[in-house]
Amino acid sequence: MTTTTTSPVLTATGVTMRFGGLTAVQAVDLDVHPGEIVGLIGPNGAGKTTFFNCLTGLYVPTEGSVAYRGTVLPPKPHLVTQAGIARTFQNIRLFANMTVLENVLVGRHTRTKEGLWSALLRGPGFKRAEAASKARAMELLEFTGLADKADHLSRNLPYGEQRKLEIARALASDPGLLLLDEPTAGMNPQETRATEELVFAIRDLGTAVLVIEHDMRFIFNLCDRVAVLVQGQKLVEGTSEVVQSDERVIAAYLGTPFEGAPGAEEAAEVEAAEAGATAGATGGTTTGATDEAQRGTTARTEDGQ
Amino acid sequence: MTTDKTQPTAVRKAEAGAPAPRTTLLRALTAAGGAAAVVSTFLAWTWTAEFPGDLTVYGYPGGLQLLTLVLAIATGVFALAALDLKGLRWLTPSGSTQALRMLALGTFAVTWFTVIAIAVDLDGLVNLEPGGWIAAVVTAVPVATTFLLPDDSRPLCRPKELPSWAEILIIAGVFAVGLYVVNYGIQTDADHPEPFLGYLIAVGFAAVALVKAGLISRISELTSNYRSVTLVAALITAIVFPFFQDKSSFTELGVNIAIFATVALGLNIVVGLAGLLDLGYVAFLGVGAYTAALVSGSTASTIDVRFPFWAAVITGGVVSLIFGVVIGAPTLRLRGDYLAIVTLGFGEIFRLAMLNLDGTSGPSVTNGPDGIPNIPPLEIFGFNFNDDHSVGGVTLDSNGNYYLLMLLVTVVVVLIFSRAGNSRIGRAWVAIREDETAATAMGINGFRVKLIAFALGATLAGVAGAVWAHFQSTVVPEQYVFAGPVPPNSTFLVAAVILGGMGTIGGPLLGATLLYLIPKKLEFLQDYQLLAFGIALILLMRFRPEGIVPNRRQQLEYHETGQLDVPGATGLKDSAVGVTKAEA
Repeated sequence: MTTTTTSPVLTATGVTMRFGGLTAVQAVDLDVHPGEIVGLIGPNGAGKTTFFNCLTGLYVPTEGSVAYRGTVLPPKPHLVTQAGIARTFQNIRLFANMTVLENVLVGRHTRTKEGLWSALLRGPGFKRAEAASKARAMELLEFTGLADKADHLSRNLPYGEQRKLEIARALASDPGLLLLDEPTAGMNPQETRATEELVFAIRDLGTAVLVIEHDMRFIFNLCDRVAVLVQGQKLVEGTSEVVQSDERVIAAYLGTPFEGAPGAEEAAEVEAAEAGATAGATGGTTTGATDEAQRGTTARTEDGQ
Repeated sequence: MTTDKTQPTAVRKAEAGAPAPRTTLLRALTAAGGAAAVVSTFLAWTWTAEFPGDLTVYGYPGGLQLLTLVLAIATGVFALAALDLKGLRWLTPSGSTQALRMLALGTFAVTWFTVIAIAVDLDGLVNLEPGGWIAAVVTAVPVATTFLLPDDSRPLCRPKELPSWAEILIIAGVFAVGLYVVNYGIQTDADHPEPFLGYLIAVGFAAVALVKAGLISRISELTSNYRSVTLVAALITAIVFPFFQDKSSFTELGVNIAIFATVALGLNIVVGLAGLLDLGYVAFLGVGAYTAALVSGSTASTIDVRFPFWAAVITGGVVSLIFGVVIGAPTLRLRGDYLAIVTLGFGEIFRLAMLNLDGTSGPSVTNGPDGIPNIPPLEIFGFNFNDDHSVGGVTLDSNGNYYLLMLLVTVVVVLIFSRAGNSRIGRAWVAIREDETAATAMGINGFRVKLIAFALGATLAGVAGAVWAHFQSTVVPEQYVFAGPVPPNSTFLVAAVILGGMGTIGGPLLGATLLYLIPKKLEFLQDYQLLAFGIALILLMRFRPEGIVPNRRQQLEYHETGQLDVPGATGLKDSAVGVTKAEA
């Protein structure tokens, strides 16, 4: 993508997070430019969510800094949101016993100023601000397709809609950058596709998006740029094609083939069994036993990796 | 509300399609049993007037017989409604059987309680007149018949359209009845526990019966349609209360209830909305009371100033606010139970400090255990609160004056609670209570918002304390303990909030009323008050964790079935697929 001419929305430089002796994230640099969708992938435990938490101020990075539109962010979550970075959570964290509308209104918190006094005195300014907040919240619910459920308790929404509500709530703070932590976890293909469209729509509104995801098809469809995090370090960064064809990435996900491995024999065995199974299937005489044996061997080889 | 818009006609048809003859018979028997019980209350139950209330007269009911009478009439009328008598159907919008069972049980319980109490108090069954025996037998009939009746619970059917003046009239009527019921309870003879126990049994069963019949839902529907009418009615009811009291001690009960209910409501901001458990809240009441006492011009005060009342109240509130911030600032940065421990400590520190600031163990400020007596009576614009004043032919004594003043404070606190709760800051409180991490990620400065809640709660307690000091005309340290037999104490306040219902306005008001009134009326309970609190709370947590007056949110949180807004079946299916996928 050729957005590099504009100044980045997010600049993370040398972000390192250590928990005691464990280095969860090590010297990660990442830029996100306006209008860009950037993916962050990596095997389980690679430090993706920790990196997110460093970006949003939930963790104070041991080293390095995070800047939003050129200003370095203080490591306080509410100030980060105030500045213009909003996020969702990997495990849904809605305000379960508030209504859908109230959830989004809470998201408006940083963009409204009415304090205790104006709430108690209920002047015209308070009513106007409250009405404006409600209108904006309904707009966002409209946008995510939840408008007809505004009065439901958020805990009663189905799973997919709870994810959408999290996004709507995050968007309520009018962010310049939206961080999505596994937005399609646990979704079926239709819901995943809907989420994909939603993310594109968010991008079209002018919000840059940084997304963690395990669903490779989703990531490679969606993202202009993908960064791969392995054991806390950034391995590669580039377009989908670059990342997909990078051998180190394949190795990180699938492991490296091991020359002269003790598994070679078994692999040969599997091949033989598979050949037998195909032959059996064509003959229509596959017995349960062979099937079972074959499955067993396959499982063992996978363990061996 | 839960009005089911699609079903009523179908339900009604099914109902009209003649019920089994057995059911009709049982309902008729219930009605007959109710009528017989009514008659039995006109007989004498005992021969001597030694038993509280006059139960010795043939011809008219007295004392506890009145309770049996009312419940028996209700049983009869509801049984007639169950028989589909024209003009009574409105009594049972969501089914009659369960309501009938409760009423029959209530009649039975009150009657048997009375009969047994007569036998026990006067030593022996000989003291029962035939009327007592008859009452005991006939009240058992409806119990038997109603438990044989099939359950006809149904979703609330839609009410008949009424003109709005009629609906407003109904609201007014409900408040009038409410006032009468409360009055009856307050005016029961405090020297004997029997009348009040009978009253509690009767009110308890009747309340459950009204809930089961669906009348309570119907009324809350009406009140939410006419919010301002309801508020005015509630206010008028509260204002006229002292004019109905013929004894000053009854009004005094009213003042104390108003004060403790107000303080509990202030605590509800901290506990119910923001989710901060404050176990030393009574100390803020104490700070307000002591401050007001010191600047009241009392001869015992160590400060020689006399502030007018409004200034004393503001001073009390401000000093409480300062203490709230000082206590809150270091602790509210932490999460969870630290705050509970620190506030618990603060409550005790306050009491001990007041005890020791007596000039020997510390600087002379509070006179130690002697406290600050002789706080002069309030005077606002020449209106002396200790004098009697005549309003429209009815004399208001000093308790009545303070009651009205306290009511004003209560109204202000109710306004503050509802306005703050329903605003940006109130949503932030609830968000913090629900999930602090998510709330801060939404840009809420958790510390700041929590501190505002804590300080607001402290200020309101301080204001109430200032009024209380003047009403009591003395303050002593021993009033402000963590747990004790006499309110106010922190346990009392927290219990009132939890018992009544967290996060609601009505909850703490009702909770404080019950917790104050019951030990006052049942003196034998006073030594066991804390034990009774404990048992009550355990039972409540088991059977109704959302409190007596449920917050809509918590009602849904604790009772999974019968939710108002369960997502549609298709939505559920989707989510189920999603979840299985996630687990796979």
